[in-house]
Amino acid sequence: MVHRERSERRGFLTEALAVVCGGLATLTPLGAGVWAFLDPLRRRGGGARLIPVTELEAIPDDGLPRRFAVIADRKDAWTGYAAEPIGAVWLRREQGSEAVQALSATCPHAGCSVDMAPGGHCFRCPCHNSEFTFDGGIVSPSPSPRAMDKLECEVGADGTVAVAWRKFRAGIAAQVAQS
Amino acid sequence: MSDTTRRTTPGAGKGPLGRLADFLDDRTGFRALVHEALFERVPGGARWRYVWGSTLVFAFMTQVVTGLFLWANYAPSAQTAWESVFYIQHEMTGGWLLRGIHHVMAQAMVVLLALHLLQVVIDGAYKAPREVNFWLGLVLMMLVLGMALTGYLLPWDQKGYWATIVATNLAGIVPFVGPSLQQLVVGGPDYGHHTLTRFFALHAGFLPATLVLFLVVHLALFRKHGLHAKQPITRPDAMFWPDQVLKDAVAMLAVMAVVLGVILVPAVRTMLAGGAVDWGHVGAELGAPADPSESYAAARPEWYFLFLFQFLKVFEGWGATGEFLGAIVVPGLIMAVMFLMPIIGGWRLGHRFNVAFTLGIVAGAGLLTALALDEDYCSLWIDRASLADAEKLADETAGDDAKIAAALGHDATRIAAMRKKLATLEAYRNSRAFLAASRQARIDADRAVELAGRPERIPPTGALDLVRQDPLTRGPRLFGLLEGRDCASCHAHVDPQAADAATRFAAASAPNLYGFGSAAWVRGLLDPDRVAGPEYYGNTAHKDGDMVGYVRDEMGDAEKWKPAEIEAVTAALAAEAGLPDADATPAQVEQGRALIASAERCGSCHNFRDNGTGLGTAPDLTGWGSREWIAGLVANPAQERFYGDDNDRMPAFEKLLSPQQIGLIADWLRGAWYRAETGHRHAAR
Repeated sequence: MVHRERSERRGFLTEALAVVCGGLATLTPLGAGVWAFLDPLRRRGGGARLIPVTELEAIPDDGLPRRFAVIADRKDAWTGYAAEPIGAVWLRREQGSEAVQALSATCPHAGCSVDMAPGGHCFRCPCHNSEFTFDGGIVSPSPSPRAMDKLECEVGADGTVAVAWRKFRAGIAAQVAQS
Repeated sequence: MSDTTRRTTPGAGKGPLGRLADFLDDRTGFRALVHEALFERVPGGARWRYVWGSTLVFAFMTQVVTGLFLWANYAPSAQTAWESVFYIQHEMTGGWLLRGIHHVMAQAMVVLLALHLLQVVIDGAYKAPREVNFWLGLVLMMLVLGMALTGYLLPWDQKGYWATIVATNLAGIVPFVGPSLQQLVVGGPDYGHHTLTRFFALHAGFLPATLVLFLVVHLALFRKHGLHAKQPITRPDAMFWPDQVLKDAVAMLAVMAVVLGVILVPAVRTMLAGGAVDWGHVGAELGAPADPSESYAAARPEWYFLFLFQFLKVFEGWGATGEFLGAIVVPGLIMAVMFLMPIIGGWRLGHRFNVAFTLGIVAGAGLLTALALDEDYCSLWIDRASLADAEKLADETAGDDAKIAAALGHDATRIAAMRKKLATLEAYRNSRAFLAASRQARIDADRAVELAGRPERIPPTGALDLVRQDPLTRGPRLFGLLEGRDCASCHAHVDPQAADAATRFAAASAPNLYGFGSAAWVRGLLDPDRVAGPEYYGNTAHKDGDMVGYVRDEMGDAEKWKPAEIEAVTAALAAEAGLPDADATPAQVEQGRALIASAERCGSCHNFRDNGTGLGTAPDLTGWGSREWIAGLVANPAQERFYGDDNDRMPAFEKLLSPQQIGLIADWLRGAWYRAETGHRHAAR
């Protein structure tokens, strides 16, 4: 009886050890892989960057938006790009005003690039037809959950227009900056 | 092993081959395996309706084989993905066929999947004891769709890039894990190298490996339960080999024939029409290289995902809830119902529900696909003439409700009718914009391929760099030709021979720049009948200026200017531009230069080389029309060297554009860009 109990215990120990040893051996490479695979989670976009995009003179004060490329240095994993277009903004100035309104050209719906609608009376995203007024408001009904993303904009003493460029999460109602 | 097996197994003779087979069989038992694989009983005999599963396995094997060979030539990174696919498609022997088969078979696979699933549901093959196998099948379906989605990005062209942005942003709205999931798949906060390496690892590694695992179990369970025979069984049973295998093989051949047909029919039609086939353009399409800064208005998913794309539009106006419902909840619920089908099927009327549900989904997807296609292509069948009144009203009122009501006399019936028409007009305009964008996308793609095919090859910075520095691609955009902005908001750029040239000249407020620098352009400028027309100075402040007066009064007087002299000046100016007329002789150019320099002629106002006139009275003609001259003028036309204080409204573009961009405009205006036929940069005109 005692002998049998001992052998049962031994049997359980053997099974448990086999599972643990085998498990540890096979999970080690998997763990190493997953660890490296999760690396992008700790990479950050780097927050807002104040980037000069144009000069005040280039934005006529006629209330019509103009598209400007946002050009800055960019890193993509192992490659460094010098002065690359990293996005685009729509800038606009009301009559007689020096204040510049800046809208990110990235559609808040699914991330396509917002263009002028055929006919030029409003903005329109070519992917899912989200339409926006020139001040970025939603023209309903629209698939977009929120208005176009406004960006902070500074006009320097020398007339340089700089935009605080950043990206926002697409497809949600709240304007949440990408981490 | 039984005697029957020995007798029926092929190759069991007693020659040397037979003895070798015996030797191997003793040590491996392969005959039993072969027997197991081939000698399955098919209740009621072989049937065509049983071929769908086999064709799917065949399609998958085709993808594995072609995929491995593509892999042997593909390099996933932002500077090499498009470039290596270009090389496969346009340079490698048979590359177009390899890629074409992979591309078209992927689409065939989606169709076969749908057929297989439909048949399993309609035949009730998901019921006990085959529930687990049905679930495995659904997992396999999702894996195949996952491979289709990830494969779309790999060429790193505009189409795949923008479709992937949409797809991954949709993944980002999944509650809680969405943003992390998106960042993991994209490989960071931005799209780039790691998006490609990860999509490639998913497409060629994780997903197919998982698929093979599930497929093995799927097939093992299929064998365990046997074929789900069509009832009632009226014919005698048959063996899988060779009766059903023959039918399967014929079906596979048919699938392959269809795939090859899709690839080759356009080429065959070109050949029959007597044209030469460019094999690089046969099979799978390759768009222009992905450019994050260049919006892509023709962005659409592959046709089998169009219904999902269109489905999102159903929730227009629902805001974030709609997005969440359309992209996550409803597709999730549909998949959940499908997974529950084996259980639902056990209830009374459950099977009927399952069949109706599946047919409903297929019909719904079909309808949504048709709607999506209609939205994009409706301008091809809408009669524009019938919308003329709506078009006029829309332009007059700019879509303002009150103005529309007033224009229609506040008549409710007319307003309602007009609303409908205006909606059709908008659909028409949107479709036109999409088709124009698709056309432009093809032009850009062809141009990228032409540039990549230069003898110098693609620089290490990648093909995108080539495209961004190409005057032919960038010029019209910088000029604003596509949108009527920038230079094009004042200047026309129209061939004077074009049918609508006159109207477009009239609409412009500055000279036509088509062919600027060429002898043809100068000839028009020096023509007394044309210089004051809208093609040149007609719509500018210079209309009544000294130049117009001189051309009309002096050059128009054959006593003062002989036609040969005007022709000599023309030749000399074109030579200054570096765009010499083919007919011009050196003597003519010399004579022209002397006339330009002469204080009695052009030199009375214009500075030319060292004629001593000096700057300030009229534009300097030294190097007129050259790249440097045009770039200088575009940078700041109010310089003393150009128009000085007489500059009429033209802005100094040095404030708006970089020197490189201004150079691209100058090159484009001069027609200086690479063309494959000549193999070097040249003037296109």
